[in-house]
Formats: sequence, C-alpha cells, structure tokens
Amino acid sequence: MVTVEALAARIQELLPHAITNSTCAIDQLTLEVPVEQLRALCKILRDEPDLQFEMLMDICGVDYLGYGRDEWRTEQATATGFSRGAERDITYVKTPNNTPRFAIVYHLLSITHNYRVRLRVFIEGEVPMVPSVTDIWNSANWYEREAFDLFGILFEDHPDLRRILTDYGFIGHPFRKDFPLIGETEVRYDAASGRVIYEPVSIESRTLVPRVIRHDNRYLAREVRNVVADKGDSNG
Amino acid sequence: MSLPIKGIVMAEIRNYTLNFGPQHPAAHGVLRLVLEMEGETVKRADPHIGLLHRATEKLAESKVFNQSIGYMDRLDYVSMMCNEHAYVMAIEKLLGIEPPIRAQYIRVMFDEITRILNHLLWLGAHSLDLGAMTVFLYTFREREDLMDCYEAVSGARMHATYYRPGGVYRDLPERMPRYKETKWRSAKDIAKRNETRQGSLLDFIWAFTERFPGCVDEYETLLTDNRIWKQRTVGVGVVSPERAMQLGFSGPMLRGSGIAWDLRKKQPYAVYDQLDFDIPVGLNGDCYDRYLVRVEEMRQSNKIIRQCVEWLQANPGPVMLSDHKITPPSRVEMKTDMESLIHHFKLFTEGYCVPEGEVYSAIEHPKGEFGIYLISDGANKPFRVKIRAAGFPHLAALDEMCRGHMLADLVAILSSQDIVFGEIDR
Repeated sequence: MVTVEALAARIQELLPHAITNSTCAIDQLTLEVPVEQLRALCKILRDEPDLQFEMLMDICGVDYLGYGRDEWRTEQATATGFSRGAERDITYVKTPNNTPRFAIVYHLLSITHNYRVRLRVFIEGEVPMVPSVTDIWNSANWYEREAFDLFGILFEDHPDLRRILTDYGFIGHPFRKDFPLIGETEVRYDAASGRVIYEPVSIESRTLVPRVIRHDNRYLAREVRNVVADKGDSNG
Repeated sequence: MSLPIKGIVMAEIRNYTLNFGPQHPAAHGVLRLVLEMEGETVKRADPHIGLLHRATEKLAESKVFNQSIGYMDRLDYVSMMCNEHAYVMAIEKLLGIEPPIRAQYIRVMFDEITRILNHLLWLGAHSLDLGAMTVFLYTFREREDLMDCYEAVSGARMHATYYRPGGVYRDLPERMPRYKETKWRSAKDIAKRNETRQGSLLDFIWAFTERFPGCVDEYETLLTDNRIWKQRTVGVGVVSPERAMQLGFSGPMLRGSGIAWDLRKKQPYAVYDQLDFDIPVGLNGDCYDRYLVRVEEMRQSNKIIRQCVEWLQANPGPVMLSDHKITPPSRVEMKTDMESLIHHFKLFTEGYCVPEGEVYSAIEHPKGEFGIYLISDGANKPFRVKIRAAGFPHLAALDEMCRGHMLADLVAILSSQDIVFGEIDR
C-alpha cells in the first residue's frame, strides 16, 4: 500500500490542473476539484491502472452556512461577563473564507490497491448544480437523489432525479442549515373535517445546549500542522 | 398476445402495476415497492423509501457529540453496537485519542456478538420469507442469550449506548444476572436455565460459544442441502463481481459475488489484526452463496469471540481513558474531588469540543461497510454527520437484481440483501 502523499502526487501528476487543493489529515487524502474538471478526474481515477477507484462509497452534500460560528460567546468572558444563553437571532450569512455555500463530497475506494480518496467540489451559483457521475459509478444514482432531496443540489444528466427520503409532496430541502430542525409543517388528524391535515408547526424551536467553540491548547499544535498542509489556507 | 392451443384461447396477459408494501411482512419494515409486472414476471421495481426517515444526521448536528451515540443504535436496530463503533471511532480519530487495549477487545467481542445477532435475525427472517418457519424459532432462541449479554453489560437489551469516545462505558460484570424463581416455573426448570449463569459474563459468553457451532449445524441441517431451499435460492439474483463493485456493494453482498474484501482484514481497526479468523467468499453471487457466506461468518465470529474471551479473562485493566476532558470521572471521584466535579459538570452540560477537521471512519458492519463522515468546525456539536448506510446501495440495486425474475424471487432477493430500514432511511 502506498502512502497518502505518494497517492496525492500521482493524481496531481496525471491531471495537473484539475486539483485546486489537496490535504492530508488523519491519514486521509482530500482533493478539491472545480466543477468543470469533476467528470474528467472521476474517469481517470476509475480507469487509470495504478489508481483504479472502482467503487464509489458515498456522496455527501454539505451546507457550509454558519461554519465555525458559535451560539455562546466564551472568549470575552472576562471583559463583559458571560452571555446569559444561546443567541437566537443568528442570521447565517457567512461561510469560511467566503467559499461557496454548498459542497458535494465523494468517497472513493480502490479494492485492487486498497486505498481511499475523498473529493470535494464546491458549487457556485444561486442554483447549485454539478454534473452527475451516475454513468461512471452506477451506485451514484440514489446518493445523488438523496443530496438533491436533502440539499436541493441539482445533478445534470441524472436519469431519474426525484426526491427519495422525504414525504410525497414535501416542500423545501430539510438538511440545509437554514431549514429549522423542527420543520415547517406538522400533520394531525382533524376530526372536524374528517381527514389528516397539514399545518404550520405550533411548537417553538429551542436550544438546550448552546453551540460552543473553545480553542483548546492541546489541539493548537495540530491545527498549525494542518494549515501548513493547506498551503496557506488560513482556516485554523 | 393470445395463443389458440387445442381450441382453448389463453387469457391475454396484460402489464400491470403492483404495489408491494409498505405494510407487507416480506417488505422487512416499511418498504413500498412499485412493481411493473408482466404476468408474474417483474419488469421494473421502483423502491420508495424514506417512510422511516427521522433525519438522524440533522438531529446529530443539534446535539453534543455523546448524545448522538444513542441515535446510532437506532439506525440499524439489529446491529446496534457496530453502528456505535463507527461513530465513536470517528470522534476518536478527530480527537487523536486511542482507547485502552482492553476496551478495544471488548468492542471487538461485542461487534462479533452483534454480527451473530444480526445474522441470526437475517437467517430467521430470510427462511421465514421463503417458507421455512422452524429456523426462525431456533435463531431467536440463540438471540435471546446474546441479548442477555447486551443487557448484562449496558442495562439495555437493544439500544445499548455502550461504546463511548475513549473506551466503553463500564467493565464487564463479574456476575451474570440469573433467573429468579416464580410461581409459574419450577425450581428445577430455573436451575437448568441458570446453569450457565453461575459465573461472570465472560463465563456465560464462553458457554455460548461452546454450544453455538452446534446450533449453526442445526440450521444448516434444515437448509443447506434442502431441495426446496436450493430451488428458491440457487441462481436467483445473480450479481457478477464487476457489477457488484459498480453498484457499490459491500460486506456479504460483495463477498457473495466472489470478491475477498473485508475491512477487518484489509483496513484493520481496533484489534482485528491480532485475531485469527477467515473470510468466507462465494462463487456465483446468487442468493444461495450469500446465505452460505453469512452462515460461515457466524462460525468465524464465534471463533473471534472465543479469542477475545480468553484475552479478556487474562488481561484486566482500564476500559476508559482517564482524560477527564473527554471521559467523565467516576461517581466517587466526582463526589470527593473538586476538579472532578468541575469536569463532570462541564462534560454533562457542555460536552467536549472536537478540533476542526473531517474524517471518514468505516467499519465492517454485519451488512457491509458502515461509515461515518464527520465534519467538525471545532464546536461541541458536529457540523455535519453523514452516515454511509451499508444497505442503501444494496436496495438501490434491487431493480437491476430482480428484473426478469418472478414475484416470489423478488422476495428471496430482497431478504438476501439483509435490508433494515432503520439505517437505509436514517
């Protein structure tokens, strides 16, 4: 089995312009690919004899809205005192480093050579759209339907892009960060009209444990290492 | 098309659409299948899933890391601890910690107990679907003992929440709970049932592994050379190795098609590289081979459990890290030591923060590769949890697998996939 670095170098060599960023963390290789290069890269990853990623294990939609944002201030505690609870009126506006909001993450596995790789594609634009890889790996079919259902990401040339996990007639994309956890509608039996009816939710969303980010000294060393690997990506 | 045969005019066969499920005993939960039939032949199968969708991944985003372990049990609700293992391992990788060796042996032992639990349920349900009632009663007899192991160690028979980041919740009990005398059971009967429960949990598991290969022989006597069984499964739902990879199969579905791929061997986690076991592989990729693979896996799991029991009996030690930034201190410490009290309070009100990063951790789940893709932005709650359910790509391939087969074969193919909707719908 080759090292992760050697694998990254080999892929970089095959398609020098296709990869905008590659990182190795926790022994796992992540490649960032622009949308236009995705299909070309996927075909090479699948067919090149010394790569042979013949299996697509997973496709995961990610909504980066509000990444790195906490609900409870812990840094300025000494100056102003702790805030008294979760901040509710958070309007999500930003993603880290002004990257696009949505991303699609592919997990590939090579059975022949026993290694894995992760591809991340950031999707620009009002309507997020990526080309489908269903014809490269047939297993992508349902995974893409799922990402469409839950995040509203469109897949060009997908043979059958329908909702898959949510209810018939569901409105909205529930895994987007601006979709409320308790949902928008609730269902109950209405005795007066003698049928099941949909209504706006009547309960209020609440936070039991606020989201807190603490910069722990023990992890600082590791964060710095990651940043170096990121080639100046000032994320840490 | 109508064929006049000896003066009899055959009825014209029309295509029609059949709705199978969601309330059908062979639909393994809540599967709705829309079938396009030509006579009794399936032309197209369109599974409608999501009737059990609970948005586990979204719920996990709103909870501190440890509170979602219980949700993992409820994904694939017949292999509970294996789901926990993948999730807990993902957190551990991000935190950069390694649980104590004894905890890893306990995890492997319970992973294999879980594999047997899963395969027993599968075998019972599969044979029930194909008309063999007896096997179901036999497999549930053994499942009962394994559920008792779950209960002895965690207090819950199914949804254990036993694995925690940094180890397992507590060490194995020294005394196996026993049946108490009731007015409905004689003392003699109770004594017989308590025969293997006189010692510790490990003694009980050891006694189970002594008799379990004989139980598997019993199931095999009923099925393996059974003419009806073979007629229903041999050559049904054949998947070639190339198609199996293309369709994203894993676990027994992939091995049934003849690919020797098992994460326990190829990408070992916990202490699997210390243990001696074999990987059964099928030849033809049909329902019968998948059956044979799973039956042999039960025997191999039994072998692994025995090695773990021997190791655990010889090597006492801690089962949880003592880093109280991540694992809670004991009750005694908490009540006598100020710092432990603070740790306890912070852990149970706020949880621990996981450093920024992302990780994919996969385990060899009884159904295939079960993976957790975890993105953390440094908070005490995950930013995104993606569950790679093993059964999801298998069910997606149902259409291809059952095209041209009869309706009754569809039931055989569906149950040979070992479908559980808890994990597919998430």
